[in-house]
Amino acid sequence: MAESAAAPHVAPEMGGAEVTKRDFLKLVAGAGAAVGAGAIVWPMVDSMNPAADVLALSSTTVDLAPVIPGQAITISWRGKPVFVRHRTLDEIAKAHADDKARLPDPAADATRVKVGREQWLIVVGICTHLGCIPLGNRSTEVRGEYGGWFCPCHGSHYDTSGRIRQGPAPANLAVPPYAFESDTKIKIG
Amino acid sequence: MAGLHKSEISNPVLNWIDSRLPIFTMIQKEYGVFPTPRNFNYFWNFGALAMINLVIMIATGIFLAMNYTPHATMAFDSVERIMRDVNNGWLLRYVHANGASMFFIVVYIHMLRSLYYGSYKAPRELLWILGVIILLLMMATAFMGYVLPWGQMSYWGATVITNLFSAFPIVGESIVTWLWGGYSVDNATLNRFFSLHYLLPFVLVGVVFLHVAALHVTGSNNPLGIDVKTPQDTLPFHPYYTMKDSVGICVYLLVFAILVFFAPNYLGHSDNYIPANPLVTPAHIVPEWYFLPFYAILRSVPDKLGGVLLMFGSIGVLAVLPWLDTSPVRSASFRPVYRILFWVLVLACVVLGIAGGKPAEGVWVWLSRVATAYYFLHFLVILPILGKFERPLPLPESISRAVLGRDGGFGGGGGGLMPGGAVAKPMEKA
Repeated sequence: MAESAAAPHVAPEMGGAEVTKRDFLKLVAGAGAAVGAGAIVWPMVDSMNPAADVLALSSTTVDLAPVIPGQAITISWRGKPVFVRHRTLDEIAKAHADDKARLPDPAADATRVKVGREQWLIVVGICTHLGCIPLGNRSTEVRGEYGGWFCPCHGSHYDTSGRIRQGPAPANLAVPPYAFESDTKIKIG
Repeated sequence: MAGLHKSEISNPVLNWIDSRLPIFTMIQKEYGVFPTPRNFNYFWNFGALAMINLVIMIATGIFLAMNYTPHATMAFDSVERIMRDVNNGWLLRYVHANGASMFFIVVYIHMLRSLYYGSYKAPRELLWILGVIILLLMMATAFMGYVLPWGQMSYWGATVITNLFSAFPIVGESIVTWLWGGYSVDNATLNRFFSLHYLLPFVLVGVVFLHVAALHVTGSNNPLGIDVKTPQDTLPFHPYYTMKDSVGICVYLLVFAILVFFAPNYLGHSDNYIPANPLVTPAHIVPEWYFLPFYAILRSVPDKLGGVLLMFGSIGVLAVLPWLDTSPVRSASFRPVYRILFWVLVLACVVLGIAGGKPAEGVWVWLSRVATAYYFLHFLVILPILGKFERPLPLPESISRAVLGRDGGFGGGGGGLMPGGAVAKPMEKA
């Protein structure tokens, strides 16, 4: 740049026209305007991202004591439903057995629960296809081919480990960050 | 008087204005004496109808917004208040809600007209592309408007449609969070949808202006699909087509009124009278009827990203249609094979529309797959090839010859231009 400003030389891409100080000024002015426009647009675009009060998500504590084996409850966390399911021994065995089955989104059951607390399956209750809430948390609801959950919107089936088995959803039900505070209490978030 | 427009308006006040800002000259030129093909049929009403519809939507929308509250806890109740307590609120809302349906009916017929008579072909490619942009803007506006009442279908429709963007790899999730302004569809989403729902119609007005401006450069196509060659082929827009459009507007308003006064909820979904509940998905989510064909395309693919791409592709393919159709003949009247395939395409769209409203299972999945396959084959394979093999019927020499010719048939016999006197007498249109 310094060279071109000091000693004009012929730029081949400009068809032989000389590069002058005016070309340099045009470039700098144009680049400055582009940066300025970006600096104005970005705050507007960014204002559409989650605000500080939304980001400051509270965590939720759940008492597991009243949830009997075979039962599932839905709790609200970050405005989303979270499924807490007390799995029966049958369901746990089925989930283990299916570790070797053909899975669209392979994951062993052991990676989706806490060691020693395999009876508790905790997943975000949002279908990974287009965000509907799958059925199956109530025992009266359809649970799909694999005994877990069934999404009524576009027909995705989840198994007893919350893994996608059949249908258009691309991924397993997400496991939220949570920790056991005691044997009957978990903190999500 | 250098610098002033030389106006021919006789009224002195209007002349004074027109000399400084020649809007009256412009209106006279573009809507008064504007030369328009003399052989329009009633399918050429639908552009004007769409324009009227846009005005109705903006007018009712402005008054609805005076009583609507864009807040997650108050939106549903404010809409109910409009229905029960606000003077004529029920009328405004039913006109606005059914106006959206009427808008799509009118625009879909307008598009089918263009497909049948080849209006998208040179030199009207840009005019057609502007039309596709108008369609996209309409879809975005209608979708966001449907979210505003904050009923169950509003909420879950918003969830499903915004989640479409999560199909894109890597950036998908961030885009969805950005669209929502949070971790789920919530108050922030409702607020921005209201803002954009109010903005986009005015963007539409701008693009419609460009659409009409482009139309007035190339001039209108016509049912014969042949170019205007002489002044004998045309009629002044006023009074001929202002009158013809007025007839169409009366019929249109009649249909509109029947919907509003006798079946205001026929095209809606009863679940949207249940307030939004983020923890319960309705058993059977369907979009508004005008999105059903696209919804069927989305669901016909067992892969999430594939379905999303195909759905957007179904509109994208329209944008490049002027270059996919290789036939130089515009009107299907002279394309014996295309004329049949046009109706097959219409059938495929109807099948998609019906399948989109049914649960995604059994025969409906396969019907929507077959119809989706035909939709894309039609545009991407058949049209490029057909233009090279199809043998079109002989085109008439001119519009006036076809309309006024005594043999009554198209293109029969020789003969040049009509004698000047013959044009002045018969002013009825075919």
